[in-house]
Amino acid sequence: MSSDMESIYLAIVLAPLAGSLIAGLFGKLIGRSGAHWVTIIGVGISSVLSMYAFKDLMFDGGEIFNRSIYTWLTTGGISFEIGFMVDQLTVTMMVVVSFVSWMIHIYTIGYMHDDPGYQRFFSYISLFTFAMLMLVMSNNFLQLFFGWEAVGLVSYLLIGFWFKRESAIFANLKAFLVNRIGDFGFLLGIAAVLMTFNTLDYNQVFAMAPDYANSTISIISGTDWSLMSVICICLFIGAMGKSAQVPLHVWLPDSMEGPTPISALIHAATMVTAGIFMVARMSPLFELSETALTFVLVIGSITAFFMGLLGLVQNDIKRVVAYSTLSQLGYMTVALGVSAYSAAIFHLVTHAFFKALLFLAAGSVIMAMHHEQDMRKMGGLYRYMPITWVTSLIGSLALIGFPGTAGFYSKDAIIEAVHHSSLPFANWAYIAVLSGVFITALYSFRLFFLVFHGKERMDRNTWEHLKESPAVVTVPLSVLAIPSVILGVFLIGPMLFGDYFTAAIHVQANHDVLGVLGEDYHGVWSFTLHAFQAAPVYLALTGVAVAWLLYIKFPEIPAKIANRFKWIHQILINKYGLDDFNQLVFAGGARKTGSLLWQIGDVKIIDGVIVDGTASAIRWFSGKIRNIQTGHLYDYAFTMIIGLLLLLAVFVHHILG
Amino acid sequence: MLPQIQLVIPELVLLCLASIALVLDTYSTSKNKVLTFRFVQISLLIVIALIFVVSPDTQEYAFNNHFISDPMSVVLKLVICIISLVVFFYSYEYLKEHENVKGEYFVLGLFAVLGMMIMSSAASLLTIYLGLELLSLSLYSMIAMHKDSLTASEAAMKYFVLGALASGMLLYGISMLYGVTGVLDLQGISSFANAGVDADMNIMLVFGLVFIVVGIAFKLGAVPFHMWVPDIYEGSPTAVTLFISTAPKIAAFAMTIRLLSDGLQDLLSDWQGMLIILSLLSMAVGNIIAISQTNIKRMLAYSTIAHVGFFLLGIISGTASGYAGSMFYIIVYAIMSMGSFGMIIFLGKKGYEADQLDDFKGLAKRSPWYAFIMLILMFSMAGIPPLIGFWAKWFVIKEVVAMGYVWLAAVAVVFSVIGAFYYLRIIKLMYFDEPDEMLAIKASRELRLVLSVNGMVILILGFIPGALMALCLSALS
Repeated sequence: MSSDMESIYLAIVLAPLAGSLIAGLFGKLIGRSGAHWVTIIGVGISSVLSMYAFKDLMFDGGEIFNRSIYTWLTTGGISFEIGFMVDQLTVTMMVVVSFVSWMIHIYTIGYMHDDPGYQRFFSYISLFTFAMLMLVMSNNFLQLFFGWEAVGLVSYLLIGFWFKRESAIFANLKAFLVNRIGDFGFLLGIAAVLMTFNTLDYNQVFAMAPDYANSTISIISGTDWSLMSVICICLFIGAMGKSAQVPLHVWLPDSMEGPTPISALIHAATMVTAGIFMVARMSPLFELSETALTFVLVIGSITAFFMGLLGLVQNDIKRVVAYSTLSQLGYMTVALGVSAYSAAIFHLVTHAFFKALLFLAAGSVIMAMHHEQDMRKMGGLYRYMPITWVTSLIGSLALIGFPGTAGFYSKDAIIEAVHHSSLPFANWAYIAVLSGVFITALYSFRLFFLVFHGKERMDRNTWEHLKESPAVVTVPLSVLAIPSVILGVFLIGPMLFGDYFTAAIHVQANHDVLGVLGEDYHGVWSFTLHAFQAAPVYLALTGVAVAWLLYIKFPEIPAKIANRFKWIHQILINKYGLDDFNQLVFAGGARKTGSLLWQIGDVKIIDGVIVDGTASAIRWFSGKIRNIQTGHLYDYAFTMIIGLLLLLAVFVHHILG
Repeated sequence: MLPQIQLVIPELVLLCLASIALVLDTYSTSKNKVLTFRFVQISLLIVIALIFVVSPDTQEYAFNNHFISDPMSVVLKLVICIISLVVFFYSYEYLKEHENVKGEYFVLGLFAVLGMMIMSSAASLLTIYLGLELLSLSLYSMIAMHKDSLTASEAAMKYFVLGALASGMLLYGISMLYGVTGVLDLQGISSFANAGVDADMNIMLVFGLVFIVVGIAFKLGAVPFHMWVPDIYEGSPTAVTLFISTAPKIAAFAMTIRLLSDGLQDLLSDWQGMLIILSLLSMAVGNIIAISQTNIKRMLAYSTIAHVGFFLLGIISGTASGYAGSMFYIIVYAIMSMGSFGMIIFLGKKGYEADQLDDFKGLAKRSPWYAFIMLILMFSMAGIPPLIGFWAKWFVIKEVVAMGYVWLAAVAVVFSVIGAFYYLRIIKLMYFDEPDEMLAIKASRELRLVLSVNGMVILILGFIPGALMALCLSALS
């Protein structure tokens, strides 16, 4: 049985890779439709097989798969392997990744219809799917890192997909640099794991980890740091880069320069959640360090609250959704911080569907508006785009956590979990996530009302061409809308309070906030009804109401508020000044230091004296001694005789002496 | 007596074939001497086949210990014949293009190959000398074949005079050895030296050894016995330079091993010191003077001198694996040198030799594929991984380090860095400079094919250096 599963898992990973290679290398040969067919079939295969694997593991009692497939190299007693570990956590991610990717492949046919880089685009997104699957299915840190870097690479390629736009290149570089910082931490974490455990295999590391719970490490002599805290915080710095947590979040809003399907797939549904997945996967390590968990909690709550606020002042439709993504990633991180790993993954899954839906809907709007992204030039679109309108509404309701929708269950679980946590700062985090609910509702429906309702503010030419998007766009929207509504109802029981993740996620008894919640859990309907006795639902509804008042009923008010509280507005517009700070201090500082070193260190000393100096000395010497070669036969013979005498003198004399 | 004859069958057959070729050439009226050329190619193929068939796997002697057939001689003879086969092909393309085909080139070439084979199988001082003279005399006349060319005549004259001088020194050394030991065969000399000699005898032996080493150094072109190399490389027709720079180097390796290892291994500490001096001087002079050359044939001459310096490192280590490293080096060098001169032939055409560095300007625009081949050749010569030239340097340097000469290895690495300059300059000329004129390259399909294969061999061997190294190790075990 398990050998069958091995080939199935291999097929899941390799099908998108094959599709990507064919579309990338033979793009011209197979043409546009060839490229989209081959990649859609590849990802389709992996999506269907992932669902089969899910069914096998969940319902048919299949065993957890953990085996090395190929040994890459063995050195110094450590072997670096490629292998799969497929348990409940992995299989959940596999389904999400491959299914969302599949939908987005289909959607891309419509969105990229007239783009000259059509085949290249399909090749990239299939490659991304491969890399992401390698990341989640890995059974060791090395392969995790490979997948981690590979998804990053494709992400950079796609942010800069329209490489003729200066802003795209800038965004691409920014994403690259910021992620370098995160990846550096991540790599240090992996190195620390290798140093401590002498292996990179997950299971071996997790089995040995409790023995090191109280070990310390002295990085700066004289100070003892908890080894586990150091490892976990380093790993989490990696997650901060990839999952865009403050202060490494700055690249994500700019990444919206990439085509919209990419924003949906990579920068909302899958890649950015890799950090969340990684921390959940490493739960046996994080559980050993309360310091690291507290760090995670603080970073997560800052991101959840402050990034949500920024969504309120953006006018670009995609940027609003991007800030919303940041804020939701913050929620997931908060859940990780309070050891509610299952809740984080649960929110990750529901978020993947409804956020992909929202992005694709935004893309549909952008197409209808002829690539206009400014919401101030939209309005009243519900008349022209009914399907987009309905699906957007569903996505927005799920996002704000309207009772019954998928987002409601996952977000409510997180808020409750934070409420029960006993970590330091947990009460602050609770306030942050609670007020976050109001903010989320406000910016989501601000977007919704500005785009679909109110006055039609677009220019006449655009207005005349307004129409619903084609089926390749609306079908994925509709397909994604279904899980956005119903997924929560089905998953909450088994995922949060059942024994679904028991084997994959490890929680220490004193951190088990979900266990406490589970004692009061009496089925999904009572959970839903219970919500009406708690604050979040009312906060969300208030948010919607305020949005309606401000943007439909009295549309002149927002401007007045902005004027009145100009300084706050300005801070938000400037994104707390973080971008400018980075630009000035890090980018500017690095450039100045660089040019200083270049001018003095490199040009003058290294190039001038060492490199050029040696070269010109040798050249001069070469020019001189070539004159030995006179061309005269007697000189040549003379040299030979001298050589002979030299050897005779040295060696025969040596013996005589 | 009769059973021993079979060991020399390849040489005997080659002698007969060469004689037939001489007669055939005299009466042949075929256009461009194509008949002689084909006959010579087929002769080499026959000899290659014979070497495979008749050679024993073990070590066997013939003619009262004057002739030996062992794994090393078999491998070297095969390599010499295969390389000569390709060299003759390149040469024929060159001579044809310059409308100067002379049947004598190929006939003399065959005699030279015979001389090299005898050198490879020599088991006595006399056989070595015989083989060496046969080779040298053929080469002198090959250079002088173009009577009208002033530079070629000058080169031939210089080579002949200096060669005679070196030959005389070698002979003097041989007579010294004979005088001390009373035997001519290397086995006998070896056992004589091994039995222990008194101080007076030892002085005589070392005295003779110095002359022998000079003879070897001249043949290899090691500094300070290198003076002939640049002038002969530049002055000879490219076809002859190509030949001189390839197969005879392998024969020189055979001569080195026969004399120093088979015969005088017991004087290791003495000749080691001499070779270290020669090696250091060669690496230094070769690499440094090459920088200021503008003629590519002359540059390659100095490059040869530098390569000889590296090649000697393996011999210096004095172990079987060190000799294998040197053998690997010299074979690789022959393949690279063949390709480089092949490129010069490829670019040249009637009345015009592409032997100036500037002739390579902008080659990447004129012909991207052959610029790439040249890039592989130059990178390999410079010793840039993963090309085969890198492994050649790697193996010999590894061997000297294993023998404890770390300083020597360090000096070698420094000189290889200096040497990288003039190889990379060609790549710069090809890829970053504009061509003077966009001349179309007129080369036959066969030449294009062989040159491409030549380049690919260097690339592919670079990925599987183990196979060739295993061959060299087995030849010297």
